[in-house]
Amino acid sequence: MKLLLVLIAAVVLTVVLGQTAWQILAQPTPVDLRELVAEAMPDSGVAHPITAVLLNFRSYDTLLEIGVLVVAGMAGLSMRAVAPLEAPAMRTSDTLLQALLRWFVPFLLVLSAYLLWAGSDRSGGAFQAGAVLGATGVLLRLGGVPLDFLRPGLMLRLGLVLGFAVFLLVAVMGAIRGDMFLAYPQEWAGLLIVVIEAALTLSIAMVLVGLFAVAPAQATERDWPSREGKR
Amino acid sequence: MTPVQLYVLAGVLLCGLGFAGFLLTSHLLRKLMAFNIMGSGTFLLLVGLAQPNNTPDPVPQALVLTGIVVALAATALALVLMRRWYHLSGRTDLQGGPGD
Repeated sequence: MKLLLVLIAAVVLTVVLGQTAWQILAQPTPVDLRELVAEAMPDSGVAHPITAVLLNFRSYDTLLEIGVLVVAGMAGLSMRAVAPLEAPAMRTSDTLLQALLRWFVPFLLVLSAYLLWAGSDRSGGAFQAGAVLGATGVLLRLGGVPLDFLRPGLMLRLGLVLGFAVFLLVAVMGAIRGDMFLAYPQEWAGLLIVVIEAALTLSIAMVLVGLFAVAPAQATERDWPSREGKR
Repeated sequence: MTPVQLYVLAGVLLCGLGFAGFLLTSHLLRKLMAFNIMGSGTFLLLVGLAQPNNTPDPVPQALVLTGIVVALAATALALVLMRRWYHLSGRTDLQGGPGD
């Protein structure tokens, strides 16, 4: 009975959604955002439209978004019961992974830096770079590299809030200068965007690695017998 | 069928699949995966719809880009919560709790 109801609901949702989307496709767009973006591009300080939208035209969204990431990271960290790092039983000692790490980690670090730098005039930017940097951290954790800065402490907190803090600082500086909140001074826009993006990259990577690092190995000493019993 | 129509169709189908999977499965991990499939459908729909004449619109693309990263962080947080739940209750679904 439940199966039938859910299937009917899913089919109804699909049909209604599909029909709505089809109607939207058939209509001409009332405002062409592409033209608006293209017109404003010279003022943005960067040469790639998506980066311009993310960090200049709609930077309020991006500011709130990094805020959401910081909150998610903190919520994840507050969820851990015990110090989660080096539970030795959870470490991988796979020789292939160890060997690959030596090749991949420098490559991924360079790739991340390239993506960050490329964001100003082609596809790339803080989010892609942050995701790659985060993946590098996950890889290092899997390989059993301690990554001491992930322990609860000053480094972790700084890393988590750095992106949000720098972004907010730039936003408030605009307001203090008598301009609008989040308005960049025209001649500084390009530089400020690069600084914000670098800080964002670090923080995004920190949130992702932090969440990954708290997820496994939460077992306390008293759990080990029951765990082994299950195997 | 134009590519845009194909994107829209695929996005709608993913939304429907994710919705059904979300309601039908009881294991939390599967629910999370189904929810992510639904999210992917939404992203595909958003990006797919916004390219009349096959030239992409940067505004929805930027929105989806931030959306993907937020979805990734939210998924990671959900996994942390699930592990904690499993750790406390030994269950992988939400019927009942540690008090039962």
